[in-house]
Order: sequence, then C-alpha cells, then structure tokens
Amino acid sequence: MYARGVITALLIWPLLASAVVLLLPGRLAKYVALAASVVEFAISVPLWWTFVPDGGMQFVVDKPWIAAWGIHYTVGVDGISLFLVLLTTFLMPLSILGSWSYITRREGGFYALLLVLTSGMIGVFVSLDLFLFYVMWEVMLIPMYFIIGVWGGDNRLYAAIKFFIYTFVGSLLMLVAILVLYLHAARATGVYSFAYAHLLSNAKDLGPIAWWLFGAFFLAFAIKVPLFPLHTWLPDAHVEAPTAGSVILAGILLKMGTYGFMRFALPFFPAVALSQTVQLAIVILSLIGIIYGGLVAMVQPDFKKLIAYSSVAHLGFVMLGIWALTLQSVQGALLIMINHGISTGALFFLVGMVYERRHSRLIEAYGGIARVVPLFAGILTIVSLSSIALPGTNGFVGEFLVLLGSFRTYPIATVLATTGVIVAAAYLLTALQRIIYNPLTNSENEKLTDLTPRELVVLVPLLAGILWIGIYPKPFLQRMEPSARALIEQLRPPSSVAGQP
Amino acid sequence: MSLDPSAYRDLLLALLPELVLTAWSLVLLLFVAWRHQTPRDLRITGWMTFAAFVSTGIATWWLWWNRASVQGVVTMIAADDFRWVADWIFLGAGALTVLVSFAYLERERLLAPEYYVLLVFGVLGMMVMAAGADLMVIFLGLELMSVAVYVLAAFDRRRARSAEAGLKYFLLGAFASGFLLYGIALVYGATGTTNLGLIGAQAGVNEASHSSVMLLAGLALLIVGFGFKIAAVPFHMWAPDVYDGAPTPVTGFMATGVKAAAFAALFRVLNQSFGTLSTWHDIMWWLAVLTMVGGNLFALSQKSVKRMLAYSSVAHAGYLLVAVSAGGASGTSAFLVYAIAYTLMTIGAFAILQAKGRAGESDVTIDDLAGLSTRHPWLAFGLAVCMLSLLGFPGTAGFMGKWYILIAATSAGQNVLAAILVLTSVVSAGYYLPVIMAMYMKPEPDETAHLDVRLDRWGRTAVAAVVLGILLFGVWPNRLFDLAKSAGTTVQPSSATTAVTPP
Repeated sequence: MYARGVITALLIWPLLASAVVLLLPGRLAKYVALAASVVEFAISVPLWWTFVPDGGMQFVVDKPWIAAWGIHYTVGVDGISLFLVLLTTFLMPLSILGSWSYITRREGGFYALLLVLTSGMIGVFVSLDLFLFYVMWEVMLIPMYFIIGVWGGDNRLYAAIKFFIYTFVGSLLMLVAILVLYLHAARATGVYSFAYAHLLSNAKDLGPIAWWLFGAFFLAFAIKVPLFPLHTWLPDAHVEAPTAGSVILAGILLKMGTYGFMRFALPFFPAVALSQTVQLAIVILSLIGIIYGGLVAMVQPDFKKLIAYSSVAHLGFVMLGIWALTLQSVQGALLIMINHGISTGALFFLVGMVYERRHSRLIEAYGGIARVVPLFAGILTIVSLSSIALPGTNGFVGEFLVLLGSFRTYPIATVLATTGVIVAAAYLLTALQRIIYNPLTNSENEKLTDLTPRELVVLVPLLAGILWIGIYPKPFLQRMEPSARALIEQLRPPSSVAGQP
Repeated sequence: MSLDPSAYRDLLLALLPELVLTAWSLVLLLFVAWRHQTPRDLRITGWMTFAAFVSTGIATWWLWWNRASVQGVVTMIAADDFRWVADWIFLGAGALTVLVSFAYLERERLLAPEYYVLLVFGVLGMMVMAAGADLMVIFLGLELMSVAVYVLAAFDRRRARSAEAGLKYFLLGAFASGFLLYGIALVYGATGTTNLGLIGAQAGVNEASHSSVMLLAGLALLIVGFGFKIAAVPFHMWAPDVYDGAPTPVTGFMATGVKAAAFAALFRVLNQSFGTLSTWHDIMWWLAVLTMVGGNLFALSQKSVKRMLAYSSVAHAGYLLVAVSAGGASGTSAFLVYAIAYTLMTIGAFAILQAKGRAGESDVTIDDLAGLSTRHPWLAFGLAVCMLSLLGFPGTAGFMGKWYILIAATSAGQNVLAAILVLTSVVSAGYYLPVIMAMYMKPEPDETAHLDVRLDRWGRTAVAAVVLGILLFGVWPNRLFDLAKSAGTTVQPSSATTAVTPP
C-alpha cells in the first residue's frame, strides 16, 4: 500500500493543498501551507527505511496517460533520486516557516505557489517517462518565475525573465532531442514509448546525431547546474528572489541539472559524454566554475551574491565528481548535492533573517554584531564552516570524497580543484569576520535583536543535518552505493574502471 | 454510411451541414430586414446565429457519427473526418465570436444585426472550403468567406482604422484571389481537370508532368494565394494593419477561423493533388522558417497588445506551416490539434483584451495591463493561461499542439525545422511573458486604472469555456488526439503507392 501510493501521494498532496490555500483567506494561508508541507514530509520520511538499496528503481507506479503516443505516468526512485526527494520535502516546511514574516502581501498566492513548486520538483526527480519528466521540468518553472517576479527585490522583473528564458531555451531543445530519441527507439523496435528504460536500451548506435542530442541535453542541464559560462542567470535570480525562493533555487533547483546529467545525459550518450573532447570540456568548465566562482565571490560586497557565486563553485565539484566516475567521486557528488542544499539553504535563511531586521545585505553594513546577536553569530559561524568543508561538518565529507575519487581519473584537475577549497575559506571567513567580528562601528547594529524561537525552529534541523552527515554519513552512503555503482558499471565496463587514465 | 453523390438524396445528405447553415442564413437575412433597430433585435439575431452554429455542429456530428463517406465516383465535395473536424473548428470559432460580440457591439454602438449574418456567411464559406474536393469549390468557398470578412473588418466604419483595414484587406485579398484563380487555371491547363483526386492521379501517373512548368507554376501560384490568406511571411504585410484595425471580435475570428480554413484547403490540395510531388516540401520549409522567424521578431517590438497578438498570429501560421511541410497523415493531424488549441487561446486572448480596451483596443499597450491581477484576478488568470498556451507551455493545449507538430516534423526527418520551431518559441517568450509580468508583477499605476474593465456574462462564459478547454486538453488530450489521428489519415493522395508515409 505505502509502496504503491507514496510517490503519487507526494505529487498530488501539495497540489490539493495549494488549492485549499488559495481558497482560504490570506492570513490562514501560512498555517495551512506549513501543515501541508509537514504532512508532505511525514509522507516521505518512511521512504528512508523502506528503501532497499539494491541499485534498481523502487516504489514504481506505471499507468498509461496518453496511450496514443506511448506516454505513461511512470514514477519511481533509486539511490540517486531518493535523497533529492527527501531533501525537497525536508526544505519545504523550513522555507514556508522561514517566509513567515518576510512575505507580507498576497500571502495566499505565495504559499500556494510554493506548494505547486514542491510537486513540480519532486516530479522531476521521480519521473521515469521522458515526456512526464519534460512536463515536470517546465511546470516547476512557472511557480519560481512568479515567486521571483512578484515577491522579489527591486530588480525582480529582469531576474525573473532572465531565469525563465535561460531555462526555457535549454529545455525546449531537450524536448526535440527527446522526440528524436523516441522515434529512433520506435524505428528500431516498433514500440512507441517514452519509458526511460525503453529509450535507454535503444539509445545505442545513434551515429553522429548522438552529438547533437547530447548537446541538447547538455545545454538544458548545464544551464540549470549552472556551468560556466551559462551561470549568469544565477546571481540575479538568487539575489532578487525572496528568502524562500533563494533557498529552494540553491537547495533543489540547481540539483536538477546535476541529476539530469546522472540520470539522462550520461547513460543515454556514454560514447559522447566520455569522449576525450567532452571530458576535457566538462573538467575545464567545472574547474573554471570552482575557481572563478570562488574568486568572484571574494569581491562581492553583497552577502547574498557571495553565497550565489559560492553555489557555482560547489556545483563545479559535483560536476567534476560525476564525470570522474569512480565510486567515491559519484557518492561524493551526490553528498555535495545534499550538503549544498542544507548549508547554502541555511546561509540564505540567515541572510534573510538579518535582512528583515536591517534591510541591507551589504557586508560593510554590519561588523561586530557577535556581541549583539550571539546566537545568530554562532549559527552563522557553524554554517559557514560547513560550507567551507571543515572536517566534522557535512561539507568536508562530500568534497573529500569527490577529491579522493576524482584524483584517480583526473589527477591534475583534482589538484587544481583543491585550491577551490582554499578560496572558499578565504571568501567565507573574510565575510564572516567583517560581519560578526571586527569593531562595532555602525550604531544601527546595536539595536539588532537575536533570533526568535521561530527562526531557531527553521535553523536547528539544518544544523542537525550538518552535524549528522559530518559525523556519521554512513546511512547516506550505504543507500547511495548500489545506485552509484550501477551507474558506473553501466557507463564503464567493470574491467576498465581501474584502468582509466 | 456510404453516400453516392449521383443520387440526390445522398448528395443532400453529404451537404447537410452547409444546407442547414444556408437555411439559417436566409432566415437571419429575413429577420434582419424586418427587425434591425434596437439593441434587443441585435441580441435576438445573435442568439439565432448561435443556434445556427450549434445546430450545424449537430448536423456535422450526425454525419461523423454515422461515418459518412463518399464512395467510388469522382465528386466535387469530400465527406471525411478531416472535413467534420475542420467544420467544428470553424463553428466553434464562430460561436465563441458570437458570445464575445454581444457586449462589444453595444458598447461600440455598432447596432447593425447584419454583423451576425456576415459571420454566418463567413463560416459557411469556410465549411465549403474544407469540404471542397475540387479547386472550383474551394475557390467558391474562399470567395464567400473573404467577401464576408472584408465587410466585417470594416464594420466599425466610423473609425478610420477599421475602414482602412477593410479596404486594405479587400485590395490585397482580391490580388490573392487572382493569384489563386490563375494557379487553378494553370493546373487545369496541365492536367485537364480541377478535381483534386484526378489532378493527383495525373501527377502520379504521368512522370513528365512532374517537371511540367505549367503544373509547377500553377502550384506556386496556388501557394501564393493561400499564403496571403494564412498571412505567411512574405505575404503577411496586410495582417498587422487589418488585425489592428478590425473590431476585436472580428480580429479573433479572422485570426482563427479564416486562417484555419485556408490551412484546411491547403492541406487538402497539397496532400491529395500534389502528394507525389516533392517540390512543395522545400517551398513550405522556407515559408515556415521565414514565417516563424519573421512573425516572432516583429511581434517582439510591439507595444500595443492587439498588434502584438496580430504578429503572434503570423508566428503561429509559421508553426502550422511546419505541419504542412512535414506533410502526410501526422502533419494533417498535427494541424487539426494545433488549430483547435490555437482557436481557443487566441479567441480567449482577444476577448479579455476587449474587456480592457475602448474604441477598437488599438491603443492598449502591454504596460496598460499593469496590476490587472489585483483588481480582476480571474481575468488576469485567464489571460495568463492564454499567454502560456500561446507560448506552448506544458499543461496547456498550446503545448500539446506544438508537441504534435514537433512529432510530425521529427518523424518526417525535419529535425532542423523542429529545432527552429522551438528556438523561435523561445523568442516568443519575449513578448508573451511581459503581458504576464505587467499583470502580476507591476503595480497598478493608480486606483482608477482598471475601473472600466468589464466583461459581460456571455463574454465571461466564453472566456471560462476557453480557459477550461485549454487546461483540459493540456492535461488530458487523449480524445482530441484520437479524433485528430483518425481525421488526419483521411486526407491522403488517391494512389496509395506513392503516399508520403511517415515512419
């Protein structure tokens, strides 16, 4: 019963709740939305125990949707998507609670959109039919577009349309590529179906067109990751979005790109993706992302923008880990995807909280506030250290695994990537020092109030996550391992795994 | 039900929908001659017109339900699923136009019930076009439709722009008809017949006629003639001014019904008569690319909503031309699905626009919609759905239509054309999204900005029906797809051996 219905419930429940939220008067909206998202989380939690790490898809549901074209409603999770689904349901209640006092107008619409967004994001991670995947991929664009455009900062219109058009370009070309794959498989087998397994097993011998198809998928996912030089939408969108929007953008939306590479672009076109040219290009672009993202973050006067650029760097590590294709590196990449959701999410929450008090995100507007708001300063320190990847925090486990695993495949690139960790320490610690230490010069900061109980409720689960993964990551790694291993074996025959240059 | 057109009874049955509508048009003419003074007369005429469209739709449905088809002999009219589905599109466009016209005509003081009679004649012409299995019948239908629409475009005769629209449309339309007629003459000269099936048989059997200059010149002139009616670039010059100047409900009707009718006839001519020729696929390829790129780029720079929608309808003609270029059964099905989706979203968008504007709506800019969502949330929601559907966003009928066209194009091996289609769709986000942004993300300029925005009960009914249709077909298009699929296979070249079959 649970196994048959859980994913469908996860997809439908937020939609129903969003309709209720829209119908209710605005002041009730946040309570109902919070309750709905907590229920959503509760539905998803048993996945953690009932999931059997065997490398295959589980909780699969398969129902015809548009039978004439072989389009099915097919959903399921494996060790890769499980954590992304859980991360989504985990961050949503926190995002809603974190918007409590930030969102003051059109509350009903805001919370309804957040709930629709939840469905869309989970849909992207669980779809096992490429048509369904495409629909979900696009559908989650609209709520985010409105969240940025209606509730965002001063420059929100520009940021919203930039976000929309960047994503739209990539995804539409991906749609054409999906169609070409579909027809190729249909010609080979006579079966018209968008099922993931069907297209995967018939994606061989595509010939030179595989390069174009990979290019289309690559563009869609690389924009989402974002890979340098397609990252320019990200700082705008992150900075202009309201706190919850930034948290979800960084925490979950960016992972759709890396997830797409792992689920679709690599398995469908291994010959292209692992050709010398593409490997070199991806590694160089990831390295640029890591180092350039860090260096640009270093000079940002705006703390929110600094975090935005740090995302570019973190996701560079993920890309490196995925392409290195060793067990450690892939597991590490998956772990960074989760860690980044938790740590960067927490950072965005903290910026949002201090912004609500002082209405400034500029680093120089603060200084010495550790004495005024000790609780805030303490949590900001812990979260920053986890983002820097200090041992004992979650960030360390992920980046260490990626660097360890990638060294076997790309030794030089890995050494260069290590400098990215140092750059991260440089920009985050400097910012930390300028915000909470240094002398207290601005008199406005003397009146700051410390975190309220509501804000602590938002932050404590994130802190718990940081420490749990930092100290005892085994339950996570255990559940990822079979799927990561399956991915690697699918792409590289077992004999050649060790022998790669 | 198999019909033998040599028997009178069967011939009348095959023409049943057209006969029903003709009878209604005569009744309406008499009624209008008798009562044409008060707004009440106008309303009664409107409802009679609505009843005419509904009853004709039922007659069409009856023939479809009984699987009426013409057997064996060479006929001047076709009876197949393609015709019935196309008829429903025209009748639906006509009925929706009636619903949104009630309040508009009274508001703009256009108290002439002849408006509705002309609407009926326009739809009748479209139905004849879709039914024609002979170039002469198609031309007859085209003229009947065109003359009615020329007058409709100039209906607001006190307004200079409307008069200009009518005159422009008439002059250029007359030229286009001339091209078409000359094309028919040349085709007749090359094959000795105007019957679509016989032309196809001639062109298929006689290898020499493939390179016959006369036949190819005739085909080219036919394409030019139809190109004017569907507003394909470079024959689109009239479209923005005419769409802009005509009364808004008429603009919606022209952008959907007239365009769909011209496309329906084009599909029939190209597939049944020239299915064996490959020449037109290349011509259509270029026409599609030019129209998509041109329409979208011109629309991008428009400030006025009505003009933007006019250019956007040019862009949509480009998407439909992709289906033409793909050809075959799947191209024809794609056309039907897209035309239904396009009719819904375009009429919805124009209906909401006319609630906002005054005096022809030409001066409503995109920025004038700022803050509409706070004052009129449902209207804003409706327009947002129409815009997203025009953009081809998943969850709307527009996406399903675009998707069908993409599948037709890729299965015909036209991957590049499919890629151009999606890239130009991205460009279209540059003018559809600002409408949504204005409504939802910009503040109301002042409290009185949207005071006079009003949509009457029937306008609201039409918009609600359209929005529900868009969302329903966007999520559950199965019935629509089945219908289009069966209808698409009926428009095929007469000789099966040379049919253009998609893999």
